[in-house]
Amino acid sequence: MDIELQQVGYAYAKGTPFEKRALVDVNLRIPSGSYQAIIGHTGSGKSTLLQHLNALLKPSEGTVKIGDLEIHAKKKAKNLKPVRQKIGIVFQFPEHQLFDETVLKDIMFGPLNFGVPADEAERRARELVKQLGLPDEVLEKSPFDLSGGQMRRVAIAGVLAMEPSVLVLDEPTAGLDPRGRQEIMDLFHKLYIEKGLTVILVTHSMEDAARYANRVAIMHDGRCVMSGSPEDVFGDEQRLAEYRLAAPRVVRLQRKFEALLGAPLSRLCLTEEELAIEMGRVVRGERDSV
Amino acid sequence: MMEKMIFGRYIPGDSFIHKLDPRSKLMFVFLFIAIVFLANNAVTYALLLAFTLIIVLFSRIRLYFLINGLKPIIFLLIFTFLLHIFFTKEGDLLWKWQFIEVYEEGLRQGIFISVRFLVLVFITSILTLTTSPISITDGMEVLLNPFKRFKLPVHELALMMSISLRFIPTLMDETDKIMKAQMARGSDVSTGSMKERIKAVVPLLIPLFVSAFKRAEDLAVAMEVRGYRGGEGRTRYRQLKWDWRDHTVVLILVIVAALLWWLRS
Repeated sequence: MDIELQQVGYAYAKGTPFEKRALVDVNLRIPSGSYQAIIGHTGSGKSTLLQHLNALLKPSEGTVKIGDLEIHAKKKAKNLKPVRQKIGIVFQFPEHQLFDETVLKDIMFGPLNFGVPADEAERRARELVKQLGLPDEVLEKSPFDLSGGQMRRVAIAGVLAMEPSVLVLDEPTAGLDPRGRQEIMDLFHKLYIEKGLTVILVTHSMEDAARYANRVAIMHDGRCVMSGSPEDVFGDEQRLAEYRLAAPRVVRLQRKFEALLGAPLSRLCLTEEELAIEMGRVVRGERDSV
Repeated sequence: MMEKMIFGRYIPGDSFIHKLDPRSKLMFVFLFIAIVFLANNAVTYALLLAFTLIIVLFSRIRLYFLINGLKPIIFLLIFTFLLHIFFTKEGDLLWKWQFIEVYEEGLRQGIFISVRFLVLVFITSILTLTTSPISITDGMEVLLNPFKRFKLPVHELALMMSISLRFIPTLMDETDKIMKAQMARGSDVSTGSMKERIKAVVPLLIPLFVSAFKRAEDLAVAMEVRGYRGGEGRTRYRQLKWDWRDHTVVLILVIVAALLWWLRS
């Protein structure tokens, strides 16, 4: 399902003296099957943008196209349920949305709301708990008895159980320990590869964006100021600096290496592994890369 | 949705009213509520209304905020107005259509009651719009101080008040956030049958309660860590100052009260 934003603007508390513009003339196309990262500082409009992606907010200006559905500023949108099923949003600190008596019931909440039969919902819940690396016993526990990291996983399972075709993630690893962070990001990547999901990752981790995404957009003061492939966006360090963002650590290391070497490497590396291979090649022979 | 709520909001400024001591403002509002009931004829009501509008003018608060403050009670206002119009059957008959009869006295009473409502809402809105919640609770604490003798936990009450005021916007944000998260999971409080809507409230309330309790615990720990031990011997950072403005306001209120007493029939 393609998602397209055309000249989208949004203002909070519109028409009151507290009006605050959060989005200004945002244009962004997210084709089906891409892994889109959206990066920006706090207050750059990332989270507001994300809420437009399944019609939780309606644009004040412009149009949001989600598949066949068009959401305009003026038109009253109805029947949003099918869209909301296809677009699963994992909000920041999703563990705050847990409420049911048991983990199983909580995970089944989403699918049941969208009319999935109970036995199918339960099957999905059991499978997801396994996929997310949680022990089977948690299914019968109260979600409030779990640790923070486990709660996060349960909440994510609750969204995945809806089997969305687009997965929107708002800082899904904020507040997790490094290992949990890695595991969860890897899981999303696995789903992206295996199920062909479209993933939209809102983050301020340049490293995650560089490692996983194949398209990157930069938000700054409510505008989408850069968008393109990770190589293009992260290679342009001058413009990144303009928006008070630093390139990912790997890119910075590569630049230092290139300065020492006195010549650029053949390509921009976005993961430590790629850079190690390139550097190894140069150190070994300096033949094929310079 | 929540962001449109303006009632009870503080709008910083430096008008005459803003600069008043919270104690004088609070006293003013309480006394004003009492003297509103002195008015009982056209002249006195006109005087009240004029007095209120002068205060509004002095506060330099845009009328927009006051009109907004009216919104929650507009229904009540209209309802009482109609009640008086249709059920007071004294004076001359002004208008009649089938069984609906409007009498002169009914119209008068309706207008009077509406003015009374309007004046009360305006004055209390001006209080909250021009005084920060912290000042209000500080003022309250000092004004209630004499009741300490009767074992009233004045400091604790003021603290409770300021904590709850402080957390209203936080809870609002939280509600909005959880509502959106549950909407994204296909539950919706704004559509469906009555039964469905009530059922959709549960996934909203439970997370809210859980986080409110957690927040309370965090707050208690944070206060403990910073050595909070109740009001005993506690000095204040914000000193309240009673100056000529406050004298003036109290004096004016006394004059208005005397005028009302003199003019009422």
